[in-house]
Amino acid sequence: MTDDPANKLAYDETFSCIQCGTCLPACPTYKTMGKETQSPRGRINLVKMAAEKKIPLEAIREPIDLCLGCRACERVCPTNVPYGKILESAKEALFEQQKDASSLLKRLEENLFYKQIFPKHQVMAVAGSLLWFYQKSGLKNLAHLTHLTKLLPENLETFERATPDVHVRGMHRAEHVKNETAANYKVAFFNGCVMDAVFGRINDMSVKLLIACGCSVVIPPKQTCCGALHLHGGRRAESKELARRNIEAFEAEAPDFVINNAGGCGAMLSEYPQLFADEPDWKARAERFSQHSIDISVLLAKLDLPLKKTLNYRVTLQPSCHMTNVQKVVNEPIRLIQKLDGVAFHPLDDPDFCCGSAGIYNLINYEPAMEILDVKMADVQKQNPDVIVTTNPGCLLQMRVGIERERLQDRMKAMHLVELLAEACGIE
Amino acid sequence: MTLPKAVLQNLKKVIRDPKRLLTREEDLLSYGYDASFGFYRPDLVVQVLSSEETAAVMKLANRYKLPVTPRGQASSLSGGPLPVKGGIVLDVSQWNQKLVIDPEDLVAIVSPGVITAAIDDAAAAYGLMYAPDPGSSHFSTIGGNLAENSGGPRCLKYGVTKDYVIGLEVVTPQGEVIHTGGRTVKNVSGYDLTKLIVGSEGTLGIITEAVLRLVPRPPATRTLMVSFNHFVDSGRMVTKILTSGILPSKIEMMDQASIRAVEAYRPLGLPIDSEAILLIQLDGHPAAIDEEMLKIEEIAKQLDAREVKDAATEEEAKELWKARKLVSPAIVRHKPTKISEDATVPRSKIPEFCRRLQQIKEKYKIDLVVFGHAGDGNLHPNIICDKRNKQEMGRVEQAIQAIFSAALELGGTLSGEHGIGTMKSAFMAQEFSQETLDMMERIKHAWDPNHILNPGKIFPEPGVKLVLSE
Ligand SMILES: Cc1cc2nc3c(=O)[nH]c(=O)nc-3n(C[C@H](O)[C@H](O)[C@H](O)COP(=O)(O)OP(=O)(O)OC[C@H]3O[C@@H](n4cnc5c(N)ncnc54)[C@H](O)[C@@H]3O)c2cc1C
Ligand code: SF4
Ligand code: SF4
Repeated sequence: MTDDPANKLAYDETFSCIQCGTCLPACPTYKTMGKETQSPRGRINLVKMAAEKKIPLEAIREPIDLCLGCRACERVCPTNVPYGKILESAKEALFEQQKDASSLLKRLEENLFYKQIFPKHQVMAVAGSLLWFYQKSGLKNLAHLTHLTKLLPENLETFERATPDVHVRGMHRAEHVKNETAANYKVAFFNGCVMDAVFGRINDMSVKLLIACGCSVVIPPKQTCCGALHLHGGRRAESKELARRNIEAFEAEAPDFVINNAGGCGAMLSEYPQLFADEPDWKARAERFSQHSIDISVLLAKLDLPLKKTLNYRVTLQPSCHMTNVQKVVNEPIRLIQKLDGVAFHPLDDPDFCCGSAGIYNLINYEPAMEILDVKMADVQKQNPDVIVTTNPGCLLQMRVGIERERLQDRMKAMHLVELLAEACGIE
Repeated sequence: MTLPKAVLQNLKKVIRDPKRLLTREEDLLSYGYDASFGFYRPDLVVQVLSSEETAAVMKLANRYKLPVTPRGQASSLSGGPLPVKGGIVLDVSQWNQKLVIDPEDLVAIVSPGVITAAIDDAAAAYGLMYAPDPGSSHFSTIGGNLAENSGGPRCLKYGVTKDYVIGLEVVTPQGEVIHTGGRTVKNVSGYDLTKLIVGSEGTLGIITEAVLRLVPRPPATRTLMVSFNHFVDSGRMVTKILTSGILPSKIEMMDQASIRAVEAYRPLGLPIDSEAILLIQLDGHPAAIDEEMLKIEEIAKQLDAREVKDAATEEEAKELWKARKLVSPAIVRHKPTKISEDATVPRSKIPEFCRRLQQIKEKYKIDLVVFGHAGDGNLHPNIICDKRNKQEMGRVEQAIQAIFSAALELGGTLSGEHGIGTMKSAFMAQEFSQETLDMMERIKHAWDPNHILNPGKIFPEPGVKLVLSE
């Protein structure tokens, strides 16, 4: 049968796994769930067995659903197993298998909303702003999200009120082009939808920082969502469409760099070429696009920051998994933090351990995500920081939930790296 | 095999947390492999966290004559944790709660699921070191290391796992909890059951706690790389160093095939026209190291070595070791299956062994790469193949037979550190006389009269031979 969804599985790729076990200690779900089934090696084995039709596709659903997609396994793997590819293929196959996703919806409705989110103030705030954003952004067309948004109360302002420090704002960002004389680089700024909807202020700061460092900044108006959430939900076709639109939007500006400030989006942008393996023309365009698409920290680390203020912070960093494991950007955020006057940097013991936010993982798999967050927060507490710096909006929200859960809100806050740098440069 | 209903019912009384009794199909299928070859589905996976639980499981299994296979992180390269007869996989990997360093007695006391590198890290806080450093130390368990008597590069100077165990708590196949050895380095009371259990590949008992010896951490280390025009000179260099009063902590060798594979995979500037390189690590007092460095440079000159590269900084040293680390991934780039042998020969026979390996490579038309712990004669001939290719796998089976024969003819052994497991059991009769094997079997029978613990390992089963194609 050629239309068997199991044929979509990346079978050949599973052979690059030599089952050595190197990845086990790196995998957050192996650590918190404590069984091989929820490990990279276990998941790859199950995908392989499903591809060989030795087990039904349905048998891999839970292990794949519970994978964070953080790709820490890929980074430590000695044979460079393309885990991301294997995972995406499994998501796609599972999506095909069960298009209406009814069981997922049921779980969401029951567990997430009535049991977990509504009774908890901060979680509700986070979920609320994410949901609000999904509705506004058009992402609500994702099957499971359509249903989510139906659960939203009529009055979105309730959520706005519940999120005092999360600035919920519209997607109608002005297209502003700013040119400075003696510009260092011409950069095109990638908004990112979560960033823009929930943390628009951080996007504004990012632009101001870039300008203060001598760059000219354009914000291509036709850009759109990066497509990562679609791809991770198994909707490859839609994510390709979004990729095409972004590539076109940014090509038009011919910038030196495409700059983003969201580790997850940045990772997706860097992997656009993989979407077009079978379309050489688009693949070439995607390659050109990805080559100069970088995280804001990579560019800022090269430039002179106009530092103005001494900050008295003890800081730790929760790096975005996708920035570390996919974009392979590790040192730049640390170098930037260490440049700041008065900032004492205390790295986490295990920074590469995912915080559990993982796209919409924390909404769909609430409890596993909180167990992972608890491990993370134990590490954070050891460093006893005033500020947890992150490099991705999902992580930023998750760290806020973590601070709230541990009742640390009076002495600890979470900030995006850009916010910290902006503060040090006197930018608001 | 179907599991008697009573077994599960009884187990539920012993293992209170239902999460630690795995019966779902996708769970069972996730405990059927290791880092070697072959796949066997267990009927049940039990995750134990105490010796009481372990003893209760063993008693039950013994009563119902159910096979039990202990399992750490399943990084074994010889099939040790494969449940070849089905039954229960006893997963000890989650039992990692105890790791106590006693700096006065110079010991570490650990539960079996502790990751080996964590012991060394904890010891480092006291200026101490847990010396055995298998390549898998960051992801294998100490229980697995003890059961396989694992070695590593540092073992040239410091010895293997067995040299660091002074006491064990063991659950026998019949479910008794016994203690062997103690907390003293010297101990001659009674038979040395500790050393019998170490290396027994989980066939005599389940290790539930270990007392490990720690040594002072050397104040400094230094790394250098020596490259050679002629392969044989690398072997001579090893002998010369070791007979000149220097005992490096590591001497690792890479042959030309592995140098070229690494360079093609990730260019590090290795000399690709060299026939071999040696990576040497010295440790000890800085002044002593300086002196030893001079001596080694002198020896290299005498042997017409091409170049001696001394790592000036910690970073440079890391770069050099990276080359060695990259060999494994580099050589599987073209074909996915890697069969890692560890046949070991007396040090003086290394050049001859290498010559024979070349002949085997040509005769059976296989991809063979040689690297490894040259300092102690423990080379790793690795065969790179594709397990989907039946024809090729047939040739590989023959080549493995030939490698073992060569090692044994040269006075060596089938396995230096990976263990016999399923992968080499068919060759045991070649290394040992019938009388010796009988003695081993009698020991096994005394410990495990019903032959339930890790059956199908070590001992050759009639008619079983190595089969690698699926
Ligand atoms: C990349 C790589 C590099 C390696 N490098 C080395 C190396 O340098 N040197 C070396 O010696 N080996 C090496 N190995 C082999 C392997 O890592 C070792 O044999 C290791 O000791 C296995 O530990 P484990 O926790 O994975 O045990 P497992 O593989 O799960 O089990 C190994 C054996 O121990 C038994 N066992 C496990 N736990 C217990 C217990 N508590 N009580 C009784 N029996 C038990 C099992 O039944 C099995 O027979 C390497 C493997 C890989 C994949
Ligand atoms: S580290 Fe890589 S090769 Fe090893 S088990 Fe994990 S995925 Fe497989
Ligand atoms: S992506 Fe993350 S959660 Fe998923 S298997 Fe890899 S390490 Fe584990």
